[in-house]
Amino acid sequence: MTVLHSAPRYASNEGVLDRVSESISVWLDQAEEQHGEIIFTVQRDAIENVLRTLRDDHDYQQLMEIAGADYPDRPERFEMVYMLLSLTKNHRVMVKCSTDEATPVPTVTTLWPNAGWLEREVFDMYGVVFDGNADLRRILTDYGFEGHPFRKDFPMTGYTELRYSEEEKRVVYEPVELAQEMRTFDFLSPWEGADYTLPGDEKAGDLTKGAPPIDDPKVTEGPEDTGAGPNATDRAEEGTAAVPPDMIELDITDDDRAPDPTENRPDREPSKGDVRGTKAATEPANESGEGED
Amino acid sequence: MQLEESPTTDGNVINNYTINFGPQHPAAHGVLRMVMELDGEVIERVDPHVGLLHRGTEKLIEEKTYLQALPYFDRLDYCSPLCMEHSYVLAIEKLLNIEVPERAQYLRVLFAELTRICNHMLNMGAHVLDVGAFTPNLWIMDLREDCMNFFERASGARMHSAWYRPGGVHQDVPEKLLVDIGDWLDNRFFQLFDDAMSLVLDNRIFKQRNVDIAVVSRDDAVAWGFSGPMIRAAGIPWDLRKSQPYDVYDRMEFDIPVGTNSDCYDRFMVRVKEVRESAKIIRQCLRDIPEGPIASIDGKVSPPSRGKMKQSMEALIHHFKLYTEGFHVPAGEVYVATESPKGEFGVYLVSDGTNKPYRCKIRPTAFSHLQAMDMMCKGHMLPDATAILGAIDVVFGECDR
Repeated sequence: MTVLHSAPRYASNEGVLDRVSESISVWLDQAEEQHGEIIFTVQRDAIENVLRTLRDDHDYQQLMEIAGADYPDRPERFEMVYMLLSLTKNHRVMVKCSTDEATPVPTVTTLWPNAGWLEREVFDMYGVVFDGNADLRRILTDYGFEGHPFRKDFPMTGYTELRYSEEEKRVVYEPVELAQEMRTFDFLSPWEGADYTLPGDEKAGDLTKGAPPIDDPKVTEGPEDTGAGPNATDRAEEGTAAVPPDMIELDITDDDRAPDPTENRPDREPSKGDVRGTKAATEPANESGEGED
Repeated sequence: MQLEESPTTDGNVINNYTINFGPQHPAAHGVLRMVMELDGEVIERVDPHVGLLHRGTEKLIEEKTYLQALPYFDRLDYCSPLCMEHSYVLAIEKLLNIEVPERAQYLRVLFAELTRICNHMLNMGAHVLDVGAFTPNLWIMDLREDCMNFFERASGARMHSAWYRPGGVHQDVPEKLLVDIGDWLDNRFFQLFDDAMSLVLDNRIFKQRNVDIAVVSRDDAVAWGFSGPMIRAAGIPWDLRKSQPYDVYDRMEFDIPVGTNSDCYDRFMVRVKEVRESAKIIRQCLRDIPEGPIASIDGKVSPPSRGKMKQSMEALIHHFKLYTEGFHVPAGEVYVATESPKGEFGVYLVSDGTNKPYRCKIRPTAFSHLQAMDMMCKGHMLPDATAILGAIDVVFGECDR
């Protein structure tokens, strides 16, 4: 694929996939290159070993980020993505592992001191537990917050809201009350991509067994394809006049015309009195300040 | 821990005590709360509590189309909004693999550098204010005001521009604006900036407050995930604009200033030099910027012009689809990081092939730096904490997201 975009260009990916895959092959589940990014999916329990190998043997000195992601359909729904940066080779790779709600992931605070907060954030947002992280407190959410807000099944509006209570003279927590339903529009075209049934479609039963597939699409390339028969085909060859003859003879009288605009009707009585309630903007102001008398 | 027996405490033993720094503290640069354990006036331990400005931006982005999510980025680091947008639009462009016209690339680089100047004006002003100087802040705020006026003339908004677009920028700039930016650099900016810096750089008090404060070794800077001026002050010439160029940075000639001592003074000086390098880049952009379109010509990504929309049915359909459904992005995931004024600002974007991001993780620069507060503050005096914080350059919109 030719690179057209102007996103950051670092050192070439060539050979990196094979070289690194070989040295971490014991723990490797999948290695791929997509959109110019190299991604290794590795076994969860080996994440520390993998990252240590990458740091020490392949010069990926910096851990820039740990991103969590939630895929509720998978048996192991949470994915941790470690972004590594090599300052000396000027290259980036991503390493992934996955887990579920209950299984802890080995910590990498032993390798990089800044992993502490990054793991705390994943724990806070997704509830993934990191085994060995000595300081696994919540980091971004409120003190005493319950739940893990970035899970896909956590509602956007949350469960609690807070306000300042004038009676109690303090901030109080209350269950969320919405004045109207949260509105989401997906705008996806129902013909492509949308995975719900349109209203009425359920009556058609199983849609996959519907109309038979069409092998040759119907096109109208010549008069013979119109399906109108030989007579019509001959007449089409002859061509037709631009205007049907009976239309030309049509005589249009004045009575058939649309009526004049109402303002110009001479037979209408003029309106009486001052119907305009307000003064014109350009009219000089009345000095007495009263109405016009 | 037992410290000392003092004659003034009637023989009682004084223990370490804990104080709360923030969350409402003028030197905390926003809503940072630091729980500090002090031994007298010496800091023993710092536990920064962040998240007081957490708005769940990443979750909100998952509910919006790619275009609707863009203005959220202005509200991350509200001191350098255009640099935040830059990472995001580049991430989308990487997934879409679309070409951005040259003029748009130049405009984006130009305004990213103007944003960098704008950001450093605020940070340096706040830093000197934190350590006791008042006047320089007032002077360079004036320059920041000029930058804001330029943003307003380009996008209509002073801070939250929402001006970059996947595929280019939203609108072209008037020729007069480019002329005025050049004029401002030539005739106004450096006079004021140099004046302000002449009060600071060799100032005895400023040096006493900053030199040899929070020295971080090279190895520590790498291990803690430092980036931007923080890692450059440690003597590592690492700048994503140079090493991993995006847009037209590879055509720009500029130098990467590095520090020698890795203390707060070096971090400040790196920023001072960076402002000059940014001015260099802006001049090159103004010199080389070509004529041409300012957004991708792909009608599936960038909207048609107003005039075209009223003439062409296809353009009208594109316009309608773009502003209701939005464009679809091919499935996949990318991590795109750019050099924001504060360091590496990254966006990890996961697309499932629909019109909304499946996951958008934002890598804030402040997370790594603030986490190292404990390491940097240990053994320093309480007033040094403000200098260290000022030299980190934190903004909580970005840190807490």
